[in-house]
Amino acid sequence: MSGMSPIVKTVTRWVSPFILAFGIYIALTGHLTPGGGFPGGVIIAGCFVLLTLAYGKEKVDGVFSLKSASVTDSLASLSFLCMGLLGYVFGRGFLNNFIQSGFPGKAFELLSGGNMPIINVAIGFKVGGSLFVVFAYLALFRAIEEE
Amino acid sequence: MLPLFVAIPLGVGFLLPLIEEFRERTRLFAVTVLLETGLLLALSLVKFGEKSIYRLGGWPPPIGINYVLDGLSSLVLVVISGIAFVTVLFAMTYMSKYENLGKFYGLFSLMLAGMYGVALTGDVFNMYVYLEVAAISSYALVGFNRGAEELEASFKYLIMGAVGSVFILLGIAFLYGSVGSLNIADISVRVSEVSDQSFILLSTALFIVGFGLKAAFIPFHSWLPDAHSSAPTPISAMLSGVLIKVLGVYALSRILFNGLNLPSLTPQLLTWIGAGSMFIGGMIALGQNDLKRLLAYSSISQMGYITLGLGMGGIFISQGKPAIATLALIGGLFHLVNHATYKSLLFLFSGGVERIFGTRDLSKIGGITRVSPVSGATGTIGTLSISGVPPFNGFWSKLVIVIAAIWGGLYPIAGIVLFTSAITLAYYLKVQRELFLGEVVGEIADKGKISPGIYVPLLILAICCIGLGLLYLPEIRGIVLKPAALALQEGSEYTQLVLGL
Repeated sequence: MSGMSPIVKTVTRWVSPFILAFGIYIALTGHLTPGGGFPGGVIIAGCFVLLTLAYGKEKVDGVFSLKSASVTDSLASLSFLCMGLLGYVFGRGFLNNFIQSGFPGKAFELLSGGNMPIINVAIGFKVGGSLFVVFAYLALFRAIEEE
Repeated sequence: MLPLFVAIPLGVGFLLPLIEEFRERTRLFAVTVLLETGLLLALSLVKFGEKSIYRLGGWPPPIGINYVLDGLSSLVLVVISGIAFVTVLFAMTYMSKYENLGKFYGLFSLMLAGMYGVALTGDVFNMYVYLEVAAISSYALVGFNRGAEELEASFKYLIMGAVGSVFILLGIAFLYGSVGSLNIADISVRVSEVSDQSFILLSTALFIVGFGLKAAFIPFHSWLPDAHSSAPTPISAMLSGVLIKVLGVYALSRILFNGLNLPSLTPQLLTWIGAGSMFIGGMIALGQNDLKRLLAYSSISQMGYITLGLGMGGIFISQGKPAIATLALIGGLFHLVNHATYKSLLFLFSGGVERIFGTRDLSKIGGITRVSPVSGATGTIGTLSISGVPPFNGFWSKLVIVIAAIWGGLYPIAGIVLFTSAITLAYYLKVQRELFLGEVVGEIADKGKISPGIYVPLLILAICCIGLGLLYLPEIRGIVLKPAALALQEGSEYTQLVLGL
């Protein structure tokens, strides 16, 4: 049987959705509260790392494979870049906040930050994907070593 | 327009690995990167000589990050783009048999994005971020062949590079703590008003060590010969030709000259570090038998010339001799351009040699001119230029440095420069004797045929080696090199450009 003991598995099963949700929350509200795309992405990656440790990497591979993590990584960075380049399209320069009309936005209002939430989500996906790729490769090399 | 220099390579760098996840399209990757570097070369030539700043996201300078294009950064942009273009042209043929080329070209593009960012940014912390982007991609690229030796070199480079980065980050932290700004132009305004100068001195020392590790000055050089000789040939050419200059010397002099207004004794320190690197690097190179290792030690020695030129410029600025200071700075920057061309030429040539003979050990091979006249000729031009033989470009930049040293009264420095030049000639004469002249020695793999894809890039660089000598003419020097030297010398000009004071 791959993975750790049933106790660890059960606890992980209970906890991991909350970790994932917390990561998404941190990434999504980065412009309003402490946090942002990077810490959010780290927490999201941490959720999958926990699942890999508890259940073994074969099981996680069905949910979030190395390939899909790598694709997420690249796509997210490209979408960040697109947000930057869209500033040119709207005639306001690279990475300009072309959605937001007035500065500053309203406190604690999710959609008052213009393109900041979108960029934060992109960073969240990017960091989550790439950190998980790093972890998965390390696990892969470990597995080769043990064989 | 300036962010495009970073945005284009960044986009390509993430797009290629994405495509590779689904389909291995070697030819497509190479052509995309060739187009990318060609486009960037055209952009940097169009922008050459322009002076402008770009406010990222529309935020004004002391708060927001700004990109600065002045004489120096436009010169560096052209050097990066030119060498990158030729290197990719070479890699198209040379690397075509390798696997995972999407990742190779992707990392190559990311490294380019990092270097362009370092060259353009006007913010110290942003510079650190781009420096890490370029450095981390280069760590991965050095170990790209995944042999035991390559991985060891890559790991050594990773550790030394990370130590250097930590020093730089600490320096930035102390600087920010005492000055209260990260914008280079803003720092130069505020730095003289700081009452306690000890933290400024501490961060200056940290910067010299940190960037010195990136530039492989002599006490910090031990990673360079391993890393530069184990990397795939096009990457060796990029690392030795451009990366150590942009990440090391350019970034250091930007911060010291434009940001900190040259703290006392730093120019002297730079000059003697330069002289030491030059001399010791040359002496070690004399004993090398592996062609690529010899070239790597020679890089350390030649980086010494560049540092020495810039350091002397600093000494003359503080002595109040602006005309000679400009000359010394021009000498250093001229040598930077020249070294970029002939060192990448020689590294690409060494790749060709390895293709023909299957080894780089100078004692086991010989007679390359008989096997492949064209690449032999380009290699000869490269070695003659680097040793400073008159009609080629290396002679002229060394001449400018020596003239500046003599006019400024730094006779011992002039002596060391001339003596090191003789050492350089000696070890390249050794290469000439072992590799170029005489009978064909060693087994010739691949029937000795070198395809046009290999020698055309060599020819381009060889022509550059001859043509760049023209930069010595005062008219051309005044257009190309003088604005770059003045950008370092006249700190107020930079401040004015960025802050509009």
